[in-house]
Amino acid sequence: MKLAGFLLLVAGWAIVVAALLLLPSGASRLAFVLAGVAVQVLGLVLAVRSHRVLEVERG
Amino acid sequence: MPVPSFSQTSAALCFLLILLVPLTVAGLALVNAGLGRSRSAAHVMLASLCAFGVAATVYVAIGFSWQGACGRPAHFVTIGGKTWNWIAAEPFFLRGLPLDLSAESLIALLQVFSVGLAAVIPLSAGSDRWRLGASCASSALLAGCTYPLFAHWVWGGGWLSQLGANSGLGRGFADGGGTSTIQAVGGLTALTVTWILGPRRGKFSSAGIPAAIPGHSPVLALAGCLIAWVGWLALNSAGAILLAGVEPSSVVLIVLNTSLCATAAGLTAAVVTRMRFGRPDASLCANGWMAGLVSSSAAAAFLKPAAAILVGIVAGGLVLFAIDLLESRLAIDDPGGAVSVHAVAGIWGLLAGSLLSIGGSDGQWLAQLAGIATLLGFVLPLTYSLNWLLDKVYRQRVDEEGEMQGMDLYELGAGAYPDFVVHSDEFMQR
Repeated sequence: MKLAGFLLLVAGWAIVVAALLLLPSGASRLAFVLAGVAVQVLGLVLAVRSHRVLEVERG
Repeated sequence: MPVPSFSQTSAALCFLLILLVPLTVAGLALVNAGLGRSRSAAHVMLASLCAFGVAATVYVAIGFSWQGACGRPAHFVTIGGKTWNWIAAEPFFLRGLPLDLSAESLIALLQVFSVGLAAVIPLSAGSDRWRLGASCASSALLAGCTYPLFAHWVWGGGWLSQLGANSGLGRGFADGGGTSTIQAVGGLTALTVTWILGPRRGKFSSAGIPAAIPGHSPVLALAGCLIAWVGWLALNSAGAILLAGVEPSSVVLIVLNTSLCATAAGLTAAVVTRMRFGRPDASLCANGWMAGLVSSSAAAAFLKPAAAILVGIVAGGLVLFAIDLLESRLAIDDPGGAVSVHAVAGIWGLLAGSLLSIGGSDGQWLAQLAGIATLLGFVLPLTYSLNWLLDKVYRQRVDEEGEMQGMDLYELGAGAYPDFVVHSDEFMQR
């Protein structure tokens, strides 16, 4: 699950970078950047929660 | 932004400011030692010296060749008809620099101290269980790989700083004093260290409820705050002049804003802990003060004093919330609060810099958001991968006997306070 979290973090970053480098300024660029950040937030939540689950299992 | 050209007076001012920057490391080391346990105090101080030494050496050997400086040799890639600078192409061991009072040489000198500061930050997260050799190896990875790559993108004329010219986003990603490159990189490294090492023995019960393991010396921690403050004034001033192109005459504004941020954050922590626990908590106030310093770095040269106070107040409240969240809800054992102070408050400082700065343009906050996304999507996964691989080759956590004995006795052969009676772990869960 932690790996999936990290993959989402990288994927979100890729969306942000692609939007800034390839799209002209405007609403579409802003939407893609915000979508990328949202994907990253999901990834961070997943990575952090998977750590908590691991620690609780470890006791 | 091109490398600034200086008068001899400005260069001398920058050099004197840079001479004070190691006080940030001294202060942070004292904070880390004070917030850790007495039986690991000498270990933390020695680890700070060693981490700084390893980071500075590795950075001089190879790190600066990836980072470089604006206007220096670099590799470029063309995307969408625009040229983007992605990595420097300097020779190893600073061989391409004159090493005099030129701007490039002053930038390199400041960077040597900055990378050392970034390497010391994760030590508090690994306090009481991180082996000395492993912390040095991790510092080498930070100074040789993560830090220079990201710092090139921000300070070396890399693609994040080009977002202004190439994509019309304000001044591009802006960070004069190292909130992202030093603090957030160090704070995210601290997060990976806590994940890889796991919590201290007895920190969490089987139900996941955390035990309070108090720092052994609030005096050390608070003295560290005061020493770090002096270093931060110099770091923010030198960084803004050399790396953000601010006029040397702005040092008064920078010093004032840095101080206001720290004091506002420290006072906020004191008031909030007074309201919550009935009396101010010295350790959390130290964390609040440091969070204020961290959040000031990005935009101290571009804020009005009232805005700096606001940035500090939010930083002071945010760090208390983050410390509680990480420990109580997310099972992250970070004895010195490095993740909350350096990563969380650092990210707030980056955003605040764009929202509240003087003359900010529409796209500036988008450029800052791109920098934060890079920290989370590139720096964090890369740092975790490198430290995970290191852990497979060279186990980073001390064995159980070492943890029971304390890092001072186990790794150094002598305690920090041989004349004092050390209490047993009466606060630990059994």
